[in-house]
Amino acid sequence: MTRLLNPPEAEPATSQPAPGAAIELDDVRKVYLMGNERVNALAGVTLRIPRAGYWAIMGPSGSGKSTMLNLLGCLDRPTSGRYLLAGQDVSRLDDDQLSGIRLQKLGFVFQSFNLIAQLSVQENIELPLQYLGWEPGRAKDRAAELASLVGLADRLNHRPRELSGGQQQRVAIARSLANDPEVILADEPTGNLDSVTSRQIMELLTRLHGEGKTIILVTHERDIAAYSRTQLHMKDGLVDSIEGEQ
Amino acid sequence: MYTGRLIRNIRMGIKTLLLHKLRSALTMLGVVFGVGSVIAMLSVGEGASQQALEQIRKLGSTNILIHSTRPTDEQTDGQRRRISIFGLHYDDDLRIRESFPDVLRTVPVKQIPMEGRLGSRSLDLRIVATTSDWFDLVPRRIIAGRTLNASDDDQRRNVVVLTEHGARRLLATASTVGETIRLGGNAFRVVGIIRNEEAVGGAQIPDSRIDAYIPLEVGKERFGDIILRRSAGQTERELVELHSIIVEVRSVDAVERTAEAIERMLSTWHPRGDYEMNVPLALLRQAEEQQRIWNWTLGSVAGISLLVGGIGIMNIMLASVTERTREIGIRRAIGARKRQIVAQFLIETVVLAALGGLIGILLGPLLAVVIREFSGIPTIVPAYAVILSVGISMVVGIVFGLYPAARAANLDPIQALRHE
Ligand SMILES: Nc1ncnc2c1ncn2[C@@H]1O[C@H](COP(=O)(O)OP(=O)(O)OP(=O)(O)O)[C@@H](O)[C@H]1O
Ligand SMILES: [Mg+2]
Repeated sequence: MTRLLNPPEAEPATSQPAPGAAIELDDVRKVYLMGNERVNALAGVTLRIPRAGYWAIMGPSGSGKSTMLNLLGCLDRPTSGRYLLAGQDVSRLDDDQLSGIRLQKLGFVFQSFNLIAQLSVQENIELPLQYLGWEPGRAKDRAAELASLVGLADRLNHRPRELSGGQQQRVAIARSLANDPEVILADEPTGNLDSVTSRQIMELLTRLHGEGKTIILVTHERDIAAYSRTQLHMKDGLVDSIEGEQ
Repeated sequence: MYTGRLIRNIRMGIKTLLLHKLRSALTMLGVVFGVGSVIAMLSVGEGASQQALEQIRKLGSTNILIHSTRPTDEQTDGQRRRISIFGLHYDDDLRIRESFPDVLRTVPVKQIPMEGRLGSRSLDLRIVATTSDWFDLVPRRIIAGRTLNASDDDQRRNVVVLTEHGARRLLATASTVGETIRLGGNAFRVVGIIRNEEAVGGAQIPDSRIDAYIPLEVGKERFGDIILRRSAGQTERELVELHSIIVEVRSVDAVERTAEAIERMLSTWHPRGDYEMNVPLALLRQAEEQQRIWNWTLGSVAGISLLVGGIGIMNIMLASVTERTREIGIRRAIGARKRQIVAQFLIETVVLAALGGLIGILLGPLLAVVIREFSGIPTIVPAYAVILSVGISMVVGIVFGLYPAARAANLDPIQALRHE
């Protein structure tokens, strides 16, 4: 298996593994206003996730897991508190800047795969590269490499609906890797998959972790969480407990 | 680099539109017909204007036409006079020619209804007695022979120029030139046949239903100034010296000024108002103004259909944004900026509108031809109409695409991802 996570131009940056945290949260709160009611989706989270961490976020429904992941993924801004992503404070950036951060540093994997239906596998994988302004030929090569990394080299021209759920999720993982992100965020990546396929997906993520990626996933299932190195339990918008490596 | 991305976006947009071929085609139809009707309407306007202007120009834009009219008091006073005396005088002609520096020359015109004979055929003819200058001021196509010339005037020759109309009535042909016809008992030699011009609304052309021309002096001498008119069994006598005077003015700039001065002068000599003036230039101006209004009206009506087309596009794009909420969320999560989402949707609408516009540009002239064939209205496709509609369809795409695109871009990525 070839190592494909570092695109050529990114090599110098990643060849010197910088110490320190991938993610640091300092008393991060997220308050939703529902009419007159305030919902403390995150009620003050302080947290440090090191580089190359492999974390699973767990907890009952409504405990704030998705809210946390959205914040970590720069899809949202905290109501208060500070968020450092790879040392950069991203808690007060504007929408364009957050888009830039997502484009450069983050990869997303969703429960419902979220591939664009009218695009082929290759085009879906290329999507971040398009926004990064990659030249089409290079983007195509990289998409092919990533497809073979997730074992779908022969499906490049297929549409998402022609693939099984597990295959679609592998395409989504390939896409999340295209920009060689600092952190891969996955919200219940196996939530829509059967146990065999779930295992394949988790093995793939585990392999990526083995190659140095920081991976944070949300899951309800213990056996999925068991693949990770650290388990973070949430309750009522707060960190309840952390087990495993830190 | 930037254009490369733009091309990719356009290709992407086309691809997306092709996913829903029927829907895209139907959406486009609004712009197709909008642009098509803008072009067709402007072509109708342009055609009509060219026709009207051309006809008015034929009257000569440096000419002023003065006609004798029967004064209104005479018609309404009820009592039947033995003879009606009205209209322009020989002296009016002289005065106009002599008193105004900008008047180059005048052409006096006298109308004489007279019996004409060619061989055994006899007909009532409308004859115009005028000078040779008439044919310079109001050029007519010669079918055979020649028109009147200066020596015909000077030497008072008994010559006649037939119009095609008159010639046809006399059953004469081009070979009639050189033959003799009899007008009220006098022999006239036919020297030429010319073509009549049709009358244009408002401006009466002196020869629209004239049969023959003879030299003015000859007409005066042979037939005098009194005309017998027979109507409803009664015979009425009219004394009219001149029926029209055509005034040629030095330049277009002097026309209106001179017309006013002539009007002032004539009104003192003709307090009964037994004359009327036509200024082709004023008619031209008026026609141009009318045309402008007409063009605006047609253009606006067509513009409204384009607007409706634009609204159709907006409607579909809004539906498309809703339908593709998830896709927008995905793109935003991956790192697309708002303005990239705006660009994506805007490109789709502009492509739709531009393509619709392009087809409309092909359809418009076709429509113009169909209108011409079925209604006989002349149509001319003006270049500006084509350029205008290209521009308009692009603007329609941008204007009506902007709101749906902005709506797409302003979706909250988290909500968008959760959609459905
Ligand atoms: N956009 C929103 N507006 C208002 N309240 C919200 C919003 N998003 C989340 N919440 C509230 O915030 C709290 C945390 O929600 P969140 O989605 O993070 O839970 P979760 O841990 O992901 O739950 P699940 O396991 O069911 O996915 C819930 O009480 C939820 O109702
Ligand atoms: Mg959730």
